[in-house]
Amino acid sequence: MDPATIARSVRLPRQPLLRHLPVALAAAAILYVVTLRLSSYDVYQVGEIAAYIVALVGLSLLTGANGQISLGHGAFMAVGAYTMGLLMNHTQTNFILELAAAAGVAAAAGLVIGLPATRLKGPYLAGMTLLFALAVPSIADKWPATFGGDQGLTTTVPTAPGSLSAEEWLAQIQIVVALIVMVLVANLLWSRYGRAFRAVRDDEIAASLTGIHVARTKVTAFAISAGCAGLGGALLGLSTGVVNTGEFPLTLSIQLLAAMVLGGTGTLIGMVWGGILLVYMPQWSTSLSSDFNLGNGANAYLATIIFGVVLIVAMIAAPNGIQGGLRWLWGHRPHLGKGGHGAPAPVTAPTVD
Amino acid sequence: MRFRARRRMGRAGLWSRTIVAGSMGLMLGVTLLPATAGAATTPGVTSSSITIGATVPLTGPAAPGYDEIAPAMNAVFSYVNAHGGVYGRKIHYMYLDDGYNPANTATLTRKLVLQNNIFADVGSLGTPTQSAVQAFLNAQKVPQLFIESGCNCWSNPKYPLSLGWQPPYTVDGKILGAYIKTNFAGKKIGYLSQADEFGQDVVKGLDMEIPSSSVVSRQTYDAATLAGPLSNQMAALKAAGVQVVVLATIPAATALAMLPAAVIGYFPQYVVDSVGADSPTVGPLLSSFAQKGGGTAAQVAAAGGLLNGVITTAYFAPESDTSNPWVQAEKNILQQYAPSLYAKTGLDGNTQYGVALAYTFVQALQKAGKNLTRQGLLNAINTSGKKFVTPGFVPPSYSSSVHYGFLGEEVLKLSSSAPPAVTPTGSWIGGVAVSPVVVTSPGSGPIKKYTGPTSVPPKSLSASG
Amino acid sequence: MSLFLDYTLNGIANGMVYATLALALVLIYRATKIINFAQGAAGMLTTFIAFSLLSRGLGYWWAFVLVLVIGFAIGAATERILIRPLHGRSELNPVIVTIGLLVVFEGLAGAIYGNASRGFPAAFSQSGLKVGHTTIAFSHFDVFILIAVLALMASTLVLFRYTALGLRMRATAFSREIARLLGVRVGVLLTLGWGLAGIAGSLAGLLVAPTSAFGPYYMDLILVYGFTAAVIGGLESPVGALVGGLISGLCISYVGGYLGSGLEPLGALALLMVALMARPEGIFARPPARRV
Repeated sequence: MDPATIARSVRLPRQPLLRHLPVALAAAAILYVVTLRLSSYDVYQVGEIAAYIVALVGLSLLTGANGQISLGHGAFMAVGAYTMGLLMNHTQTNFILELAAAAGVAAAAGLVIGLPATRLKGPYLAGMTLLFALAVPSIADKWPATFGGDQGLTTTVPTAPGSLSAEEWLAQIQIVVALIVMVLVANLLWSRYGRAFRAVRDDEIAASLTGIHVARTKVTAFAISAGCAGLGGALLGLSTGVVNTGEFPLTLSIQLLAAMVLGGTGTLIGMVWGGILLVYMPQWSTSLSSDFNLGNGANAYLATIIFGVVLIVAMIAAPNGIQGGLRWLWGHRPHLGKGGHGAPAPVTAPTVD
Repeated sequence: MRFRARRRMGRAGLWSRTIVAGSMGLMLGVTLLPATAGAATTPGVTSSSITIGATVPLTGPAAPGYDEIAPAMNAVFSYVNAHGGVYGRKIHYMYLDDGYNPANTATLTRKLVLQNNIFADVGSLGTPTQSAVQAFLNAQKVPQLFIESGCNCWSNPKYPLSLGWQPPYTVDGKILGAYIKTNFAGKKIGYLSQADEFGQDVVKGLDMEIPSSSVVSRQTYDAATLAGPLSNQMAALKAAGVQVVVLATIPAATALAMLPAAVIGYFPQYVVDSVGADSPTVGPLLSSFAQKGGGTAAQVAAAGGLLNGVITTAYFAPESDTSNPWVQAEKNILQQYAPSLYAKTGLDGNTQYGVALAYTFVQALQKAGKNLTRQGLLNAINTSGKKFVTPGFVPPSYSSSVHYGFLGEEVLKLSSSAPPAVTPTGSWIGGVAVSPVVVTSPGSGPIKKYTGPTSVPPKSLSASG
Repeated sequence: MSLFLDYTLNGIANGMVYATLALALVLIYRATKIINFAQGAAGMLTTFIAFSLLSRGLGYWWAFVLVLVIGFAIGAATERILIRPLHGRSELNPVIVTIGLLVVFEGLAGAIYGNASRGFPAAFSQSGLKVGHTTIAFSHFDVFILIAVLALMASTLVLFRYTALGLRMRATAFSREIARLLGVRVGVLLTLGWGLAGIAGSLAGLLVAPTSAFGPYYMDLILVYGFTAAVIGGLESPVGALVGGLISGLCISYVGGYLGSGLEPLGALALLMVALMARPEGIFARPPARRV
């Protein structure tokens, strides 16, 4: 059934924003009920998933839509988290402004990295972002007086209204932010900016021939993606209660990339699967390994081995990730990326799915 | 028109996407079926069991050595359980791997408290990791006992349920500093410290004792980016003419400091904080210098003896002191109740630490009595902590105002003439005491000699203590 | 002045190590245009195998050679089993697969060998060389590392520039279809390329282990800095790997020594950004031809 026909039949407009909003509102309503019903710990984890989704959405935009591989998004999360932490501890800024500042400062950092990145091809960019992921936490380590040192910067969630528990309130904040970011990015991807991103990804020369400013597009994508990561990092800092460098090791950047790919590069709902994997896979692996009951050391590392094996198998067998697999199940045949140009995402128009 | 064709291929309709969004929420709700049992009167305590939990690094770069502590603690709990438990309750110890990442610690601690309903968090490791959950645990009224970190921050009236255990790093620094001031007067001193709270706290203590004019070089290293030998730092210390090098280092960094120093023929007097001075832990890392690789016999002998003469501190009898009754008790418990751990590591600084910490906890349980509550346990520690029987040279210092554990240490010298510490991995240099046991606080107070009694291992750790 | 000499020698010693890993990365990138993120971890795993062999009493040099062969086998197997199926897909896939392999290797090493502290012997004495009366910060073992890296780089150059095999490998990297049309056995050469890189990776592992905290993670930072070195020098140039390694090692040493430890990653990042702004394809890369 042609979506245009459906849209006409239910008299919904064709503008992306008005198409995406009902979905988001429906999700928000359902999740609101869910957060009230779940146990404290489960609610906490749902909130964590939401925080990761925000960061993953940014990465999906950068790598899926714009074709730039970043191994350093954990560092942007750190920038956002530390911005929020510093503001919370030294100023009396309004909470929403603090979140916005986290996103903004991280976006600025994205500009700093994105500018030289415009000249770099895939592996060279990956190398630079990898080093960036290492360098940013080391800055915080170097000046512990400012950045809180080992004890880090404490974060405080604004007081919960009415009878909501603190965990429920935080999770709701995180979910609302995640939904807002998803709607905004979905609209962006549907707009001419999104088309510019994809054009630059697929063929830079052709894109510049059609009048798209390639460097500006790439830097914009980087900055927006970094801003999302910063916002996600700030939300995660709220979950943890403290911001310190131990939360942003090199492995975080790698896990973000892996979660994005497993969820479905370039998709948005795929990032929900990615977030769920990030939060739940360690636990599933740990309980699996304790079922096998190997020696203690082997137990702890089994989770690591399982994660690695899943990555390898998924990439060989299902490179479009979970969301790609779901789409295929529903009968949409996603195009594989054009190998020669290394397009990392399906060529079909992106959807909110 | 082409636009519409592309949309037909790639997009689902509004309803399908709403269904996805909705089922996403429902799926989350269904998969996360709440697991709350009925609330017990005291969480984690039944008539036959006590459930405690901890978060420790079992994998990751921070794991070496520290992953031995929790299994060693479990050996003591198995021993206690085999003898009837404490007031008939068996201790069930759940320790989870947080990989030294505070974000994981926050999640796992919430799991332990909210899902597994632990009675207390006992023996979790790390300053950044435990700082992340201190507020949460105190707010949930869950005791955060015997944190495995020497931070000065665990004795904080704002968080009355949090307790330290090992001597704060500043205490190490003060005691070592006093020894240096007395025994190496007039020599040039240099520091190489880890660039975080651990190193800074040790240096704080050192500076309280050593006159600043004697300290001619202060070097640091970052643990997170430790990739190879600390050659630059040791070269700088040598260039400054430092004769006594104080190391506030983890075991890997101790080796990565001594090795390049040996390469350039620099053999100063080393004073090493106990965190990085355990010879069965550091010894294997240094052995590469002495092994196959040629070099003259004299060089090999010099290399093998890199730890000879190292000054450090100890707050319980070291593993090489095999005639000490505590050392024998520790060995017996590990051999009997953690045989696979013992076969791999034997009795080294980390397994000793675990056994000693477990002893402390069991004592606390005994003093808390049959009617076990969280506040009751804290009260027992605050009132009777000073009477606990533990391997420490001095009893713990717990009171309602002091939440540090051990505040007393002796100065130990690693010496090839002392009986060695024998583990399954080899024979490692042992230590002898070169000072009496002294006590001090992490603040600016004086260092006093300890004149109290020495403890002996109790005959049994079970029943009504 | 003598401190500057120490920093320089330390920088060279570390730089050689980064260069070894960079050479392995260059070999693979030249053959298949893929960055093998698991290269360091593969070297770590083979070094652990060497450790097992040595503790069972095998002579050092026997273990050394055996482990290089095992490294070749692991590299070749990786290409054949994991990388070949990915041909033609997006460039993100091999990145994720090699990262997955890195994680698996670390997990295996951790599960089999555990976390305990270990030392790994060096091939030669680690005492500093004596120049006149002073002992300098360069040991016999460091000389061996230098010679090994130079030999590896020289043999790579000779292979690519002067042998028929090297010519076929370059043809395969340039365009597989055309090479196939010319009768080149592309599959065999790809596997061979990865195998050779596996040797370089194993060598790196063996050279680094004696002066590291030998455990499942000891090659991680070496991989990051080795990658940096390869990128600076140009991902297709063996000479670039060596020069990039030297420059990185020296820069990191000077930054750490003069500006304070803990700033090395920032220093390396600054160096990388400067180098890539000046030459985005690396110092020794051939100028790219634009295909319009």
